Amino acid sequence: MNVALLIGLLLTAGLVAWSSERFHKSLPNWVALVSFLIATIWIVFVWLNGPSEGGTYADQSYEWIPRFGISLTLRVDGLSLMLIGLTTLLGAVAVVSSWTETQTRQGFFQFNILWVMAGVVGVFSAFDLFLFFFFWEVMLIPMYFLIAIWGHEDKAYASMKFFLFTQISGLLMLVAIVALVWVHYDIHGIITFDYDTLLETELDSSVARLLMLGFFIAFITKLPSVPVHTWLPDAHTQAPTAGSVILAGILLKTGAYGLIRFVITLFPEASQEFWVYGMGLGVISILYGGYMAYSQSDFKRLVAYSSIAHMGFVLVGVYSFNELGIQGAIVTMIAHGFSTAALFMMAGALQERLHTREMSKMGGLWVRAPRMGAVTMFFVIASVGMPGLGNFIGEFLVLLGAFQKNVLLTVLAALGIVVAAVYGLSLMQRSFQGTPNPDVPEMKDFAFREMSVMVVLMVGLVWVGIYPQHVLGMTDAILPLLGVVP
Amino acid sequence: MNTQATLMASLPYIVLAGGLLVVMLGICIRRTHFVAWSLTMVTLIATLASHLLGYEALGEGITVTMLIHIDGVSYLFNALFVLAAICTAVIAYQYVDEKLRFREEFYLLLLAATFGSLTLPAATHFVSLLLGLEIVSISLYAMVAYPEKVRGPLEAGLKYMILSVASTSSILFGMALIYAASGSMEFAQLTPVSGSAEGDVFYLLGHVFFWSGIAFKLSLVPFHIWTPDVYQGAPSIVTGFIATVSKGGVFVVVMRYVMESDVFSSEAIAQAIFLIAAISMIVGNLLALQQRNLKRLLAYSSIAHMGYLIIALFLVATQPSIGFETAIVYLAGYFVMTLAAFGVITVISQGSDSELASIDDIQGLLWRRPIPAATLVVSALSLAGIPLTMGFIAKFYLFAAGIEGEMWTLVGLLVLGSAIGIFYYLRIIFAMTAKPEGELDSVERGSWTGISAVAVLGVATLALGIYPTPLVDFVQTLVRVSGF
Repeated sequence: MNVALLIGLLLTAGLVAWSSERFHKSLPNWVALVSFLIATIWIVFVWLNGPSEGGTYADQSYEWIPRFGISLTLRVDGLSLMLIGLTTLLGAVAVVSSWTETQTRQGFFQFNILWVMAGVVGVFSAFDLFLFFFFWEVMLIPMYFLIAIWGHEDKAYASMKFFLFTQISGLLMLVAIVALVWVHYDIHGIITFDYDTLLETELDSSVARLLMLGFFIAFITKLPSVPVHTWLPDAHTQAPTAGSVILAGILLKTGAYGLIRFVITLFPEASQEFWVYGMGLGVISILYGGYMAYSQSDFKRLVAYSSIAHMGFVLVGVYSFNELGIQGAIVTMIAHGFSTAALFMMAGALQERLHTREMSKMGGLWVRAPRMGAVTMFFVIASVGMPGLGNFIGEFLVLLGAFQKNVLLTVLAALGIVVAAVYGLSLMQRSFQGTPNPDVPEMKDFAFREMSVMVVLMVGLVWVGIYPQHVLGMTDAILPLLGVVP
Repeated sequence: MNTQATLMASLPYIVLAGGLLVVMLGICIRRTHFVAWSLTMVTLIATLASHLLGYEALGEGITVTMLIHIDGVSYLFNALFVLAAICTAVIAYQYVDEKLRFREEFYLLLLAATFGSLTLPAATHFVSLLLGLEIVSISLYAMVAYPEKVRGPLEAGLKYMILSVASTSSILFGMALIYAASGSMEFAQLTPVSGSAEGDVFYLLGHVFFWSGIAFKLSLVPFHIWTPDVYQGAPSIVTGFIATVSKGGVFVVVMRYVMESDVFSSEAIAQAIFLIAAISMIVGNLLALQQRNLKRLLAYSSIAHMGYLIIALFLVATQPSIGFETAIVYLAGYFVMTLAAFGVITVISQGSDSELASIDDIQGLLWRRPIPAATLVVSALSLAGIPLTMGFIAKFYLFAAGIEGEMWTLVGLLVLGSAIGIFYYLRIIFAMTAKPEGELDSVERGSWTGISAVAVLGVATLALGIYPTPLVDFVQTLVRVSGF
């Protein structure tokens, strides 16, 4: 597979979409949709073909800035391929979900979506630390534009906060990256940002701890975890639907991916020592996110806080340092991508119809839009952790893994599932169940366009839930690198 | 000394001085704006080209009397300054045509200032330092106050002149004291006769005065008060020239001074400069937060940027090659993005009575004037140091330099400063993306020369940010050839 070509495809499609605006208003949508579909089909084919002998699906390297030993090294292993597939699929979902929502400057809108996704594909496949940081930032700017231009009432504040949190933590990571490179240079006399070479850097434990923190902070900000989560509810709530879908579905996963790919492998000992903080933060995120979700009256904000809780499970899983925990974390990433994308799409659809996100102004919507009600029910139950659906597998594996590490923290994390049931059902109750709110105007139910997307996401969740072996199998290659023998 | 080689190496100076005379005579014969402008452009391009010719004769560097040492690095800075002058001239044409009464002499001043700035990278002696500095400054007083009927520029020009003259006196007095302590005016022989810098009152006091003046010229805190007023008052295009060529020139000569005189071996002086850098990064960024005028905002941000650049200055003292490389790349990036920003203000202000530089003036600019606005977006992102732009490569160099020199405090402040910087740079971008009121009118007005010039700068910012290898390799080669 040629990842550079895939990134190039998305970047070019962005430019084409932008300039196609002048021919027809909805042409940019089609350009974006078709490119995401092509990319998704491409990845499915790559997946079916299986990996090469080295266990990778793609491995490319070109010189970029030889002065600093920086190269364009793109490599795709099982974990990356899965996440890239999720990216392109959710890209298509995002495009469809905002088909009618944005009325102004469609071209630039789709341009930004395509470029965010190109950046994300880069993040998931970069094996050069400079390149990784480069893509890390590339996905930030279009996302900023998506929130700042097409966001809701409080977009200025939300977009600024989003940018600041990501950028500051990113700069810490950059310092850590450059410092790591210089430590390597001091020992070996070669300046290089190549991941494989830097893996072999011998670090003092104190230096390793500091550098690990630089990466860790950047990644848990993106994840996000308490205490650096505060940008998320604002950004999610204010972003347009497509923006929320991308943020929750994909961008949060880059943080988790970074933890797995870089923090643990580059600083194995320092990370092992750090487990109690990692896991502790995860547990706090689960409980705090759940508690905050329950107390929201805004549909979208509730879903946003529930993301914090779900990502807490990922953190707990990663810092259990065993096969079950890490596999559980990865399954949670995928399943959460499906379920939350759907819920944000639902929030967007409701806002488009009712012009509000307040649940107090909803109630009894099921009667008026039964298809929407059923779909919401499905995804709420998935998100609560119903056996047979993807989220259950993920969270269950995480808890199994964490149990081997620490019983108390596992018990606390398990409480999070109870809390999830409470806020999930309360969301359902307040919006779709109960007495129909007389103030609600007539509303259109989901039509073919929306239902088709929802069905795709449902199939995804059921697939991961019933036969998780496909996802688990893809993680085989990464586990030994994490010091975990499968 | 080989006379022919010397002449060849000084070719850029000769060409530029000759061109300056031609333009002057041309104006005497007949006042035509376009002809004066064309002659200026030809002169500048010829000067740029003459660097290629002279480079053959350069070798490791040629010393012309004790005042001047021309080498690859000085050529590199020369080229940078001349390029900046070319951009200035191109963007200025429409402005000069529209707003000024006496048009032709503007270019004369521009050429003179450029000539002064070319002296600075090659200066190795207090005399040449002062000469270059004053040629630049005096031309700039006139350029700032050039629209003589308008209050703002006049006030700014007066302010700039008085304060600048004061700072020059301070530098002069400092030089005298240093001379008293060391018995020489050549950079390489400035070590105090008494042997130790710490005990030598003349030497230390001399540096207090010297660095105060230099800090003024670079607008470092606490000598920065003039900056926002002059930046705001001067015509935007002149502000762009001050921000780039004038400051760049001063910085280069200071670098050579630090490298050859080994002044940072004195702990006290090094610490004072360290403090100035640290405060500049913080204060510049914090004050920029308060601004609603783009030019004032850029003024404060330039204070911070000069503070960042001091990291390279410290590295010059210990590892000249990396220090110079960092400074050249950083300045090249800074030049491109700063000129782009001020160029955009000039371009969008065409046809209006006053300059459109407040944050309210650029509301929805992205939809009204897409090309200049897109350039300003790129420039702001670049100044903030976001990847894909030259500003990121420049900042990356500083990170690398700071970590190489183990200046952890300054690197930490650089991170902090960049974080604060995002606030106000993003505010510019956010204002431009705001939905315009009323009907959309996205027709590009104004001169195509100006618009295409800023567009080229914007594209250059992106291109160098995505693929900096040619620039980086070129700079590295020249720095090595010059024997650092």
